[in-house]
Amino acid sequence: MNIGTLLLALLILSALAPFTRRYLGKAAGWVFAIIPFASFLWFLGLLPEINQGEVFIQRYNWLPAYGIDFSFYIDGLSVLFSLLVLGIGAFILIYAGYYMKTYPMKGRFMGYLVLFMASMVGLVVSGNLITLFVFWELTSVSSYLLIGYNHEKPEARAAALQALLITGFGGLALLGGFVLLGIPYGNYELTTLLSNPEAIKSSNLYLPALLLILAGAFTKSAQFPFHFWLPGAMAAPSPVSAYLHSATMVKAGVFLLARLNPILGGTQEWHYLLSIFGVTTMFVGAWLSITQTDLKRILAYSTVSALGSLVLLIGTGTEYAINAAIVFLLVHALYKGTLFMMAGNIEKKTGTRDINKLGGLFKYMPFAAVVMILALVSMAGIPPMLGFIGKELIYEAKANAPSAHWFILIAGFLTNVIMVFLSMRLTLDIFWGKEPAYEKKPKEPSLALILGPFFLVLISLFLGLFPKTMANPLTSQAIMAISPGMAAIKLKLWHGFNLVLGLSALTIALGVLAYRYRLRLISFAEKINLKYFEREFSRIFFQMIDHFLYYTKEQTKAIQHGYHRFYLMTVFVVASLLVWIQIWNGDPVILTLDFKDMPLNLVAVVALIIAATISAVASHSRVVALIAMSVIGFGITIIFIAYSGVDLAITMILVETLMVILAMAVLFHLPKYVKYSGTGARMRDALIATLVGSFMMVLVLQAGTSVVQEPISDFFKESSYTEAYGRNIVNVILVDFRAFDTLGEITVLAVAALGIFSMIKLTKKIKV
Amino acid sequence: MESVILQIAARHMRPLLVILSLVVLYRGHNEPGGGFIGGLMLGAAFILYAMGFGVQETQKRIRISPVALTGIGLLLALVSGLPALIEGHLFMTGEWATFFSGSTFELKLGTPLLFDLGVYFTVAGMLTLVMFSIMEE
Repeated sequence: MNIGTLLLALLILSALAPFTRRYLGKAAGWVFAIIPFASFLWFLGLLPEINQGEVFIQRYNWLPAYGIDFSFYIDGLSVLFSLLVLGIGAFILIYAGYYMKTYPMKGRFMGYLVLFMASMVGLVVSGNLITLFVFWELTSVSSYLLIGYNHEKPEARAAALQALLITGFGGLALLGGFVLLGIPYGNYELTTLLSNPEAIKSSNLYLPALLLILAGAFTKSAQFPFHFWLPGAMAAPSPVSAYLHSATMVKAGVFLLARLNPILGGTQEWHYLLSIFGVTTMFVGAWLSITQTDLKRILAYSTVSALGSLVLLIGTGTEYAINAAIVFLLVHALYKGTLFMMAGNIEKKTGTRDINKLGGLFKYMPFAAVVMILALVSMAGIPPMLGFIGKELIYEAKANAPSAHWFILIAGFLTNVIMVFLSMRLTLDIFWGKEPAYEKKPKEPSLALILGPFFLVLISLFLGLFPKTMANPLTSQAIMAISPGMAAIKLKLWHGFNLVLGLSALTIALGVLAYRYRLRLISFAEKINLKYFEREFSRIFFQMIDHFLYYTKEQTKAIQHGYHRFYLMTVFVVASLLVWIQIWNGDPVILTLDFKDMPLNLVAVVALIIAATISAVASHSRVVALIAMSVIGFGITIIFIAYSGVDLAITMILVETLMVILAMAVLFHLPKYVKYSGTGARMRDALIATLVGSFMMVLVLQAGTSVVQEPISDFFKESSYTEAYGRNIVNVILVDFRAFDTLGEITVLAVAALGIFSMIKLTKKIKV
Repeated sequence: MESVILQIAARHMRPLLVILSLVVLYRGHNEPGGGFIGGLMLGAAFILYAMGFGVQETQKRIRISPVALTGIGLLLALVSGLPALIEGHLFMTGEWATFFSGSTFELKLGTPLLFDLGVYFTVAGMLTLVMFSIMEE
């Protein structure tokens, strides 16, 4: 097996999914989890070799002329992310198979999930920036489908659209950034970029590339001020929230920053931008979670906060910070996956997600309660969970941040106090406390629903208890991939009495205090939010979209007015003016007109054409005008024959004939001749016609006199019989030398004909 | 618009025009002619008939709908590019084969002829499609 076949298997699985519902029924989730789980084991099997420092590279030619390959690059970072995506993904599939059992189109839903999984795996194993971009956009598209899954609800559609527009906007910026980044290297291979990071840093493309790439990463990872789409995306079903918006998708931005850290990182710009955005997001996310009462929204805001922490840590860039980032990534994925799945379970069993309407659940679902509480313990950063180790590392990193460490430390401290507060609140308010009147008695969730949360918490617990033997092998190579030359710090639960431990104790104490005075805290936070954060970002976003739509509508009205004659006028005037300006400014046009060789009969034909033109313009009858026009056409045909362009002449005769018939057929339906245009309009038209006609004449005459290069017709004369076995050069060009052009042209013809057909036939049908 | 002269002319001209269009199509490779002109002639044959007998009668006669004719033409043109791919050449390279390679008669056929046939059908199809739509109005 290799990574290419693995991705292909996932994509095929997602394509088949919509057709499986009937055959699989309840077992669907388990069946779907097989391939992800096998892939998970495959990545696990790579781990020993990866830990030897090996990197797996695989490359397929794609667009070699542009230095774009479809390539994969698997190192410690890719493996860590792939394990998360596939491992959690397998559990989510099992969970979703059961959770969604009553939903319509469950098969399609599972397909979207697998598609998302495949794009996420593709994203983290990409070895080429363009490959990475393709998968990046695929995650946006598949998450759009997932968030908007309940598409009959308008708020689900709005949330999905908002997420798509924001991440899509970021995606476009990202592509621009990638292109700029690739310019100094000539290709987009990660191996090339990693081998010489100085090339981009020393070029003046660095800052624009950095800003564009950060726009991509920040929008994807919901950094302030783009954070609002993530809580909005809670309109999605719980399995989606659990998967996309806690464990994987939003981490794509973080992954990108980690991946590019050796290339773009280490500069002042990188450090400050990431730190400022990260610390703001971390604190704002935590702060906004205080006043929420919807279980999923609380979790979503705490995800925003966690993403901010990760960005901040990568921006800080010290050995401790990078270690902390990777460990926290793992910590967060494990507990957040659990919490979201549990949130779904609680909603399923009680019918509500509002924590004010929940309480006393422990006696109904003790096992589920233990699972969720352990995850909350990890979130609060209390031993013996892995969350504790992560939090200690973060404190250590923040205390030793290279700049503004006091500010960062205080913001981080307050954030963690809020996390402790949230953990206590979710634990005590949901599982103990006053019991509301439930519609039916809640009970333990079934196996498929609890399996994922249970295992994730278990892993979190084991990694916390045996960090050296289990957590370090997972993370060490990832850390080195982010920052070459940095080593993995040996993780341990107990590291003696020091400042950081004191800080931890203080955090917990303050968190408990905050819970004790929670009513006052929440009303205080609400007051501040009302005063300073009254306008919601997502509302501003939609207002901007509305304004934009209004603006484009007005623009379209002005430009696409629907009057055919004005379109033609615009085209002709603009085109001829441009050419006239060019002729005016260019070299003087030398026209050598020589009428001596012109035979008398052709002079007569030209005179005929001129006479016909005048009568066509002056005529008061459509039919006369039409006949005059065809006289012009046949006159030109005679000229073709005189200069032995036989093919052209035949074509022209046929086309002229058919045109007359066609025009007659149209005229037949038109009303009697009415004078539509006044003298002014006619003068204007005459002016435009002169402008266009004269520039065409000048162009043709000049083209005839100026020989820039060997004419291409010599080549066709020589090779049309030897290579294409045809003596008729015109036809040989059409069907052999330039056959691809002709194919395009007949396609256009066919499409145009279909257009006319549907315009005439179908509109009539609609009217009737 | 019933005209006896037109109807008689159309009845007799139609097969002649069809045969002429085929001849023009075939000789196109070495003499003036080709798929485009041939297609126009074929279309003209149908249109002439339609002017004499009406569009519906003509469509009954042609049996194949103009849309299908256009589609077949495009498909043929596209297919004519494939043998080159099988041979390992670039898409749409002309491939030739000789049949009946006797001393007196030799028939050389190549993918350009197939391509030309595609052009022929497409042009005829689109012409009749447009004309019939307008004439039926």
